[in-house]
Amino acid sequence: MRYLTDRKRAVGKGSAHAGAEHHWFMIVSSVALAFMLPVWLIVFGRALGSGYDAALATMSRPFPAILTALVLIVGMVHFQKGAQTMLEDYVGGTPRKLLVMAFNAFGYLMIACGIFALVKIAL
Amino acid sequence: MAEAKRIERPLSPFMFVKYYRLQLTAVTSVMIRITGNALMVATLLVVWWLLALAAGPEAFETAEWWITSWVGNLVMFGSLWAVWYHYLGGLRHLVFDAGKGLELETAEKLGWGCVYGSVVLTVLTVIIYWI
Repeated sequence: MRYLTDRKRAVGKGSAHAGAEHHWFMIVSSVALAFMLPVWLIVFGRALGSGYDAALATMSRPFPAILTALVLIVGMVHFQKGAQTMLEDYVGGTPRKLLVMAFNAFGYLMIACGIFALVKIAL
Repeated sequence: MAEAKRIERPLSPFMFVKYYRLQLTAVTSVMIRITGNALMVATLLVVWWLLALAAGPEAFETAEWWITSWVGNLVMFGSLWAVWYHYLGGLRHLVFDAGKGLELETAEKLGWGCVYGSVVLTVLTVIIYWI
């Protein structure tokens, strides 16, 4: 019988030593998004192109507003980690660091702007 | 002191073309990355749409005109497909992570499943929008 789990054998390996945690986060966030996204696609897609009053009415209701906030937050953090993995694969040195910063900044900017808009719409 | 010896390391994707023949499983995996990162554009448009909705009718008019324009529609419907492809590709990776579906035949079937499935789901979503 093996006493070490697969996870335990992976923890701390690799140059960053944080790969196991990073990978597990992607799994957790992807499962969350898998549940939320189909519903959000319908809610948002129907609001888009429905005109100002109808869109405002939809997005000021609690369910669409909270769902949009969740998709945006979980989606963007998922994106930040995924984009970072891509950059670490294809870019090296200082450009890598700058691009990782820029992509992370993009994610946080989208979250902040989206939440600001949702709060202003719903309240 | 911080002068570490610099070794020229190969940078991905150096294996492709020269050393490694592209296979269905590799291409369908790379496409997950491409679609995921390309969704930045759609995110930008969605957040713009939300900010415009919060700002008032005039700003909203401008944003919606762009987003539902010819180019905007192309980006949005393309992103709808991208989201579904990334979705199915992600599910495939969850299956792989569980240690299942790794036999070549099954893995290739799952790859085609992502390609065809994403198109089917995109069409289905558009139909739901219309009814």
